Amino acid sequence: MTCIAKSKFHHPQLPTNDLGLTYRDYEGSMSTLCAGCGHDSVGAAVVQACFELSLPAHRIAKLSGIGCSSKAPTYFLGKSHGFNSVHGRMPSVVTGANLANRELIYLGMSGDGDSASIGLGQFAHVARRKLNMSYIVANNGAYGLTKGQASATADLGSVMKGGKEVMDEGIDLVSLALSMGATYVARSFSGDKDQLVPLIKGALSHQGFAFIDVLSPCVTFNNHKGSTKSYDYLRDHMESLISADFIPVKSEITAQSEPGLSKDIFMHDGSMMRFRATDDSYDLTNKQNALNAISEHTNKGEVLTGLLYLEPGSSDLHENIQTVCEPFNELTYKDLCPGSEALDTLNKSFR
Amino acid sequence: MKFIQSVNDFVIKFANANGTGSASANNLFAKAIFNMGVPVSPRNIFPSNIQGLPTWYEVRVNEAGYLGRRGGGVEVVVAMNPQSMADDIAAVLPGGCFLYDSSNPLPSRLHRDDIQIIGIPFTSLCREQFTNTKQRMLFKNISYVGALAALLDIDFDVFTGLLGQQFKGKEHLITANITALELGYVYAKKHVECPLDIRVSKSDAVKDKILVDGNTATGLGCVYGGATVCGWYPITPSTSVVEAFTRFSERMRIDPASGRKRFGVVQMEDELAAIGVVMGASWNGARAFTATSGPGISLMSELLGLAYFAEIPLVLINVQRGGPSTGMPTRTQQSDILACAYASHGDTKHVLTFPATPKECFEFAAESFDLAERLQTPVIIMSDLELGMNDWLCDPLEWDDATQYDRGKVLNAEQLDALGSDKPFARYMDIDDDGICYRTYPGTHPEKGAFFTRGTSRDRHALYTEEGDHYVDNMERLLKKHRTAATLIPAPVIQINDKQHKMGVIYYGTTDNVMPESLLKLEKQGLHFNSMRIRSYPFNDEVAEFIERHETVYVIEQNRDAQMRSLLINELDCYPKKLIKILHYDGMPIPVQAVVGGILNHLDTQDPALTGND
Repeated sequence: MTCIAKSKFHHPQLPTNDLGLTYRDYEGSMSTLCAGCGHDSVGAAVVQACFELSLPAHRIAKLSGIGCSSKAPTYFLGKSHGFNSVHGRMPSVVTGANLANRELIYLGMSGDGDSASIGLGQFAHVARRKLNMSYIVANNGAYGLTKGQASATADLGSVMKGGKEVMDEGIDLVSLALSMGATYVARSFSGDKDQLVPLIKGALSHQGFAFIDVLSPCVTFNNHKGSTKSYDYLRDHMESLISADFIPVKSEITAQSEPGLSKDIFMHDGSMMRFRATDDSYDLTNKQNALNAISEHTNKGEVLTGLLYLEPGSSDLHENIQTVCEPFNELTYKDLCPGSEALDTLNKSFR
Repeated sequence: MKFIQSVNDFVIKFANANGTGSASANNLFAKAIFNMGVPVSPRNIFPSNIQGLPTWYEVRVNEAGYLGRRGGGVEVVVAMNPQSMADDIAAVLPGGCFLYDSSNPLPSRLHRDDIQIIGIPFTSLCREQFTNTKQRMLFKNISYVGALAALLDIDFDVFTGLLGQQFKGKEHLITANITALELGYVYAKKHVECPLDIRVSKSDAVKDKILVDGNTATGLGCVYGGATVCGWYPITPSTSVVEAFTRFSERMRIDPASGRKRFGVVQMEDELAAIGVVMGASWNGARAFTATSGPGISLMSELLGLAYFAEIPLVLINVQRGGPSTGMPTRTQQSDILACAYASHGDTKHVLTFPATPKECFEFAAESFDLAERLQTPVIIMSDLELGMNDWLCDPLEWDDATQYDRGKVLNAEQLDALGSDKPFARYMDIDDDGICYRTYPGTHPEKGAFFTRGTSRDRHALYTEEGDHYVDNMERLLKKHRTAATLIPAPVIQINDKQHKMGVIYYGTTDNVMPESLLKLEKQGLHFNSMRIRSYPFNDEVAEFIERHETVYVIEQNRDAQMRSLLINELDCYPKKLIKILHYDGMPIPVQAVVGGILNHLDTQDPALTGND
């Protein structure tokens, strides 16, 4: 980190988006993460995605748990409300937040310790409930704030910084999210902004539970030889199966697809994901297909990245429990309190 | 043998096996007496099990309105469970009545000749009358209620009326139930001299009172209090709070235009997640609550600490049961007082309320949302199994239509704009000097009012800090807020009977059920007590003054460790030896005899002349 405060000045001719805002308007405060931390690249990709989508930052709520990854939301979207909750419990807190106001965009930022160890239960259940949110895990296979212990996503047989070999099976959050009912599932690499930004844009536009596992190397504790989460290892072993592009509603007409090469899937708001698979037979909407592809590549020692699964027309918690369209936090006394007359009737039924 | 003679003043105990449908038959019995205008308190004493274990249902009938647990033996036992029959017959007071299912003979070793033993072959009667096995089991219970109608002189028409209400539109069920009632009724009339000397007589003592359980009233209070979000995890004895909230909301909270719900109830994966939902929803400006019991409190403690420190309103209903650990899941206690008052690590203090009646359950639940939002902190309603799961006679629930919800200090976009540039929004700035700061909901304003909610230490602008001064400043303000809370929460109920202020009693929650009767019994021995029922924590000045003014103060509680006494000593710095603990914690509600006996025993050790036992 640096102790020099972030400058508020910016070039007067920085490009602006539809809201007249620049990229800088989506930034947060100065990062206190280690120089070169993958998480800062994830944050930068979030900023880029929100800027390009012209999202009003104050309509985004960013929630996190505990850990380096969970500190990251402080460093992006400074005009959004943030909630740094407790370790592993972000999914339930964001569930409540989403119930209270279905109109905001919910961005959950978590890590492998936060989601695969202490919070594995809540992670599985929030996916099951198809909460309408984007859930990003900055995954580095290690505990940073407590100095380098292996996390539950560290691969079996990989070596931690102290030379200790990982003896436990690593948890693959992508496969887990798929099995638990996530309706938008992707994996990416913090070092590949071109791939990551469209994936985040797609997730933010998706109606339902969107999960992105972002491999995000820990430069201090897990970037050595023998690690399977280091920059070098990931660059060598990444296999991008599907490259995806997010096409917003307004650009649809101009963005003609190239017949035979790419496919489009429409999102609920009319925008679409245009993707291109290296393997033509890959069916993005087939969950079993995705699970098979992940395990095939893992067996080959490759890390499969890209958009892996997308369920068009997916539902969410609010639809499942049939709540009203207006946010609960805008309902008034008149909407909520049945009043004395109804109570008199109830009193009679208690006699 | 002399039979007990008693009209409208007795306790009847039903002994059944659970899972046989007996509770609804026993409830029908209690409801019938209530409908005859006689005060009644039914109490379900059930095992943590679904089928086959002994279960009891005790009904106290008392014209004078003393409805707490009396303790000791009972006047009438209805024994339908051979497993517990030895204990059940032993529970009958001399001169009382023992009614049993004589389809099997009563073992001779159980026989007593100081009580009236009545055998009616309920099982055989039902086997002859009904063909279906399930019906035979269910209607056996209804048939003993029919026999009791004859034996205790209960209006048969009352039952017909109640069944008509209960099974409205299902005529065949009404007919079948009445047939079962008649089976017992006719048999008793024919073979026993009816009515007994113990009997019920019509009265107007019930007046306009209602009969409702605490959890139903609490759930309804949450509807009236404007709760829209509930995350929960099932646990006895709190489950019926959420069930009631859901049931009432489905009736009264549906948007007429769309048919959609103005509430969201989500069953979560555990109590950690349940309170997480409540926290997220409250942070985002909805009124939210959860209900749990002891083990859930332990799990929720981590997030309660976050809510305290990050200042997020939330409502938590704790229907206490016997602890520690899994403890006695279907028995009652007041043993979470300290665990809730100081829930979570670090220096924490929470706001607690102690309802004693369903009416207070309703009112405290509704008001707790105002309190939580005004104070921006958790409010924990400390009910218990005795209050929550049993029907209680209480005054009708009331609601003032002029009520407005107090949403607390929340700034909207216009208010944020109106803040001068010299005084920008600061989340943790104590502007009004009451320890309570202003907050904003997410999504309020494009440029202003956003902040980071965190469980880490922060400065007045919600920015992370490890500066000791900033930390202390914040912790002291939280204490100030806690003192502000004492001025807003329900005041104690104080009754002065002795102007000399020699002896006082302090109690709370369901101990209220036995106190009027206990104090009357002591009064008859010439012992006068002033009483104070604590209804909330933090304690206000009245609580401190009451203790200050009396020479001796008995603190009556339903836990082993005198937790309220510890809390009083810790918070008010009062002289510990002045506070005498009277404790009852076997899992059954505190009986009158424990209060009276406990106080007399203590007085005896001090000055035998006082109690006349020298």
